[in-house]
Amino acid sequence: MAYQDEITHMERSELEALQLERMKETLVNCYENIEFYKQSFDEAGFDPYAVESLEDLQMAPFTTKQDMRDAYPYKLFAVPREDVKEIHMSSGTTGVATVSGYTDADIKSWGDCFARGIGYAGGGVDDVVHVCYGYGLFTGGLGAHYGGLAVGAETIPMSAGNTKRQIKVLQSMGSSILCCTPSYAMHIADTAIEMGLDPKKDFTLKAGIHGAEAFSDQFRKNLEEKLNYKVYDVYGLTEVMGPGVAMECDEQDGLHVAEDHFLVEVLDPETHEPVPDGEWGELVITTLTKEASPVVRYRTRDITRIMPGECACGRTHRRIARLHGRTDDMFKVRGVQVFPSQIENVCAAFPEIADWYQIELTREGGLDIATLKIEINPEFPIDEIRKIEELQRRMQQALKDELAVSINIKIVEPHTIQRSEGKAVRIVDLRDEEEK
Amino acid sequence: MIDQLTVFLENTKGRLTSLCRALGDVNIQMHSLALADTTDYGIARIICDDPKGAVAAISEAGFTANLTKVVAVEVPDVPGGLADVLDALDGADVNIEYSYCFADADNGATVAFKVDQSAIAALEGAGFKVLHPEDLYKTAQ
Repeated sequence: MAYQDEITHMERSELEALQLERMKETLVNCYENIEFYKQSFDEAGFDPYAVESLEDLQMAPFTTKQDMRDAYPYKLFAVPREDVKEIHMSSGTTGVATVSGYTDADIKSWGDCFARGIGYAGGGVDDVVHVCYGYGLFTGGLGAHYGGLAVGAETIPMSAGNTKRQIKVLQSMGSSILCCTPSYAMHIADTAIEMGLDPKKDFTLKAGIHGAEAFSDQFRKNLEEKLNYKVYDVYGLTEVMGPGVAMECDEQDGLHVAEDHFLVEVLDPETHEPVPDGEWGELVITTLTKEASPVVRYRTRDITRIMPGECACGRTHRRIARLHGRTDDMFKVRGVQVFPSQIENVCAAFPEIADWYQIELTREGGLDIATLKIEINPEFPIDEIRKIEELQRRMQQALKDELAVSINIKIVEPHTIQRSEGKAVRIVDLRDEEEK
Repeated sequence: MIDQLTVFLENTKGRLTSLCRALGDVNIQMHSLALADTTDYGIARIICDDPKGAVAAISEAGFTANLTKVVAVEVPDVPGGLADVLDALDGADVNIEYSYCFADADNGATVAFKVDQSAIAALEGAGFKVLHPEDLYKTAQ
């Protein structure tokens, strides 16, 4: 029995009835207790008391990231301040931070959601959950932590950073489930190998729960190979809850949404009409149980699709596909949309180069130039310029085939691309600065 | 064959200096330096007196480096001297990937060739002196 199996295997009809009941409560609660929703529902002519089916939600207006910024800090809270027990905030790198509040019950639900994912990864009370997501306002650290506690595992709150100490703990404390960003897991693996260790033997990992950034299937394979464990994707976002909104099971074929807590829609990003299951679009989330800061139809800007059909694992909660990336991370080169994960997929298929890369965007004479910086592995026969040039040509061709746009390849020395302890910096856009 | 130290260098200011300093700091002496350059990067090819020690030291210092086997041969210091050496290689159908000259301790001229092993027999058969590791390294490698 894995954690909360009875919920993750609930009959669809029963689950949908529960969703409807909770959705009605949420809509009324938002309307009655949050000024923003009173106004936005009224303006859209949406009557929260008249809702009769899950489809009726489509008449409700959206909540955007900008709405959440405008509400800074407490305007989207639905409960008295004394009931709010914890606060998280988005990084706010692109503007004002967005704030999410949690009551005791919210923290419990959050822990439950992440704990289910630990269960999906075969984890339970006998496991040692090593959390090296950053602890703090970023939801990664505490989300994984509450999950570890909820499932009853021994939980080590490492937080991010001090990689040598992470390695020491991984070697000596029997850590079996590693929770961090995929790029930090790679950094830990590479650092351990550089130190002369063999993480396959010297660590005791069985699973990694890695999220907060999109990563390719090939990157996943490389990680699994280096650390001799199985990698599970996790999805979440501060504005809704944090990691645990959706989690991957053993099938590694999509992430099960915690549908008793969240209602998901996938919409055409331009028309905002729902797309059929299986088609890509923007993920929109309505919270069903969140007390402190519920959201209605939050536009995540994440691109995914509902995976049609049932999962082989037998759980009934529907799955979303692994993220292509966030619309925010997407960039355009000469009009062509590119997701960093597409570039990563190409890079990861080249064993000649290290698992670190960075894309630099510049503009020359009005034309976008994308330059992919890669590090070459020391084993590569660097002596022959012909071979280096041939590698560059092959990579360029592979990228062109994948992206339909030309990308320059620049080979740089080892460790010149900054290693990250949290989210990796994959794109450096210098185009705006040049225009100023 | 001789171990040539091969180093990948980005074309940035001071990078060659750092490389030479890193070798000097561990008391490694260079006999030769040949640079092959492109717009973005260069390849430094170095004959030194401790190639294995050099790879370890500069990898530690953050360079991408490895060892490449080359053949070093003394060239008679007379007009046409190098042509005679090349004749011997041509006669044996040896293909030269690249080559560069350096001066050895006796101020004689030495040429390093990136060639396959068969070059050694061809050169020695024609009466040229092919250098051995002990002629260049300060310690047995």
